[in-house]
Amino acid sequence: MIELRTSPHMKSTLSLTYIMRQVVYALIPICLFSIYQFGLSALALILVVTSSCIFTEVLFNKLANKTSKNKTIYSSLKDNTALITGLLLALSLPPGFPLWMSSVAGFVAIAMGKVLFGGMGFNVFNPALLGRAFVQAAFPVAITTWTPAGLSDRFSQFIPTSLTLPFSIPVPIDGFSGATPLALHKFEGISTTLASLFLGITSNTSLESPPFASGSLGETSALLILLCAAYLMARGIMGWRIPLAIIMTTLITSGVFYLFNTNSPSPLFMLGSGGLMLGAFFMATDPVSAPVTPIGMWIFGAMIGLMTVIIRLFGGLPEGIMYAILFANASVPLIEAISQPRKFGFIANKKKDKNKENKS
Amino acid sequence: MSMWDHFKSKTFSHGIHLPDKKEHTKDQAIRRLPFAPELVIPLSQHFGKPAIAIVQPGQEVVRGELIAKSDGFMSVPIHAPASGLIKAIKLHATARGPKTEAIIIQTWAGSNQRTASFDPLDIPSLTHEQFIQAVQDTGMVGLGGAGFPTHVKLSVPPEYRIDTLVVNGCECEPYLTTDHRLMLEHPEALLHGTQMLMHALGAKQAIIGIEDNKMDAIQALDEHLSGFEPIQVVAVPTHYPQGAEKLLIKVLLDREVPSGGFPYQVGVVVQNIATLSQLGELLPHNQGLIERVVTVTGTGIDKPGNYIIPLGTPIQFLLDQVGFYGSASHLILGGPMMGSTVASLDVPITKPVSGLLVFDDTSIEKVSDDIYPCIKCARCVDACPMHLNPSMLGQLATKHHYDAMQQNFHLMDCFECGCCSYICPSNIPLVQYFRIAKSVLRESALKETTS
Repeated sequence: MIELRTSPHMKSTLSLTYIMRQVVYALIPICLFSIYQFGLSALALILVVTSSCIFTEVLFNKLANKTSKNKTIYSSLKDNTALITGLLLALSLPPGFPLWMSSVAGFVAIAMGKVLFGGMGFNVFNPALLGRAFVQAAFPVAITTWTPAGLSDRFSQFIPTSLTLPFSIPVPIDGFSGATPLALHKFEGISTTLASLFLGITSNTSLESPPFASGSLGETSALLILLCAAYLMARGIMGWRIPLAIIMTTLITSGVFYLFNTNSPSPLFMLGSGGLMLGAFFMATDPVSAPVTPIGMWIFGAMIGLMTVIIRLFGGLPEGIMYAILFANASVPLIEAISQPRKFGFIANKKKDKNKENKS
Repeated sequence: MSMWDHFKSKTFSHGIHLPDKKEHTKDQAIRRLPFAPELVIPLSQHFGKPAIAIVQPGQEVVRGELIAKSDGFMSVPIHAPASGLIKAIKLHATARGPKTEAIIIQTWAGSNQRTASFDPLDIPSLTHEQFIQAVQDTGMVGLGGAGFPTHVKLSVPPEYRIDTLVVNGCECEPYLTTDHRLMLEHPEALLHGTQMLMHALGAKQAIIGIEDNKMDAIQALDEHLSGFEPIQVVAVPTHYPQGAEKLLIKVLLDREVPSGGFPYQVGVVVQNIATLSQLGELLPHNQGLIERVVTVTGTGIDKPGNYIIPLGTPIQFLLDQVGFYGSASHLILGGPMMGSTVASLDVPITKPVSGLLVFDDTSIEKVSDDIYPCIKCARCVDACPMHLNPSMLGQLATKHHYDAMQQNFHLMDCFECGCCSYICPSNIPLVQYFRIAKSVLRESALKETTS
């Protein structure tokens, strides 16, 4: 039996499912480290958010009746994108974030961030960040209540706020709250050492004397994020233009402000603190909500870096990466409109007919 | 494209790196295959008007004799690939799809198959017009796969001046090794052909661009270069689709052929290795093109190799000769990236066919049949050698916005190299969409001009 096909008859082995699986693998070490740092609460948070995302996806597949002969309501889980959204969302939340609220975040991420736009490949915004933005607006106190890492009883006991009853608001409990390096710097003028920012580990866990590593699950160790991202880049899965653009712009912009006012955070502090690394490498690089044109990627990254620094320095919030990415997501159509690549063979008319002119 | 690729690439930007798969045939010397008992010679083996048969059924022909004349300038004649009897002139299946008129020759089993001899040509004494006519009389077309009449390419509009003849020795398609073997085994024919064309075009220099996976060919040509001073051999990094003439010109000369334009607009004519080495052999003897070298390889083939095959040899006969024992599911004429599949084993080998690849179900690299939505990963944008935006074009194609594809995203600059489809992780058949879009646009343009 001879089959007729059109060329090309060869296919790269890099498939979508492979790419997404590799992203999951790259996120696992970050998840494990967050569990090591924050204990049971972190584990529960990751499980609740991801299952909420997966459940939402299945629910909407069922509601939309997205089934056919070889497609069940579970088929869309095969590409792992719901899982990735769940993991990223969990990593962007504070460790003591009430579990019921985090399931709301997961639901909103998939329902409003992904399914509403038409599912995988069609979302305008990064779904994880959209979910987080929703809970940031809905539960402003809970999402800015941080727990220090490395509490001695973290593996035997939940952070009390984690277990807040559904539809009730957690009461911050002394001994379990601490400020992130960014908040410390912004509101109290205390700088965290660069070593603890990049490694995420400090020997000193005393609450009274910072620095201690505190922050969302996945953002305490910049070094680990770099390593995991390097793995993806080496495999040709993650683009390098966007993270590079974000990092460069952040360094340059904050460097300029640092030159004029040494009270503002140093460029390296800017880089290592908060969710910048996680955002730059794992959120902004979500291909669906980023531009496809090479120049567009640079503009997109630069926009995120610039916005982050401005929000951090002049905004009311200590952290700005989330809104910066969402803002840049929304600008993608405009960015693409001005950054289409120069097509081969479109050269200035003067040069075009050089050989013709020579003759005459 | 990883970060590293981006920095190390010294050739044209974009494109892809393919597994080259040439190991089975690149060391196989060119061998001759016997004549099939029946040859099928389609009158349209080239780009342009079909040739006009000048023989009648029942007539005897000698190998090399003219059997069909060209129909005007955009056409080439056809010569008898073997001595025999014209059995019929009838419609026959071809690689292009619809049946076309073909001359069927029953070869004489006992013939010595000596080629008819003609008065030799004194090439240097020919005028430009006579030279072009002589090239047309050989029935030569681009043997690299396009099948574009060679003499048309040489007829540069008088207002343009050609300074460089580029010889395309890239053979960037995986599996194919015909040009490689020709360079190794017949360097003189190639260099003679190159020199003739340089002379005819008035080109000051010729550059033979060869991908660096064929270092032995580069060496072989270098050894024969003395006496051919203005011809130089340049190694270029292996990179698909470097054999596309616009890209090769960019790589070798850093000149960019304007969109929708021709190489002569930047002072260049490009010819392929097989074309030039055949011309080098045929032209001085005033002979016609009657056979060509074809790489036959793939799964289930006992003797993969590079064979001289009389034009018109049916695929079935060819497969019998190379000891095919497998069960073919895909028969590809040409390379795996741009070649076309055929539906029938009766289809003959024609002038532009550089390879016959046979695959069974296991050898076609199939990752998954699932087509996912575009995730805008931009791999196709990084791969497109024409710097188009296949991602956007693909989305427009699924919505049938063909006019927008043409006007805003330069669809017509796509030369269908297939990089985008190859690289797409979502398995979107991008280049296939573009082919459909282009043919729809061409048809509607045709309708507009006629109405």
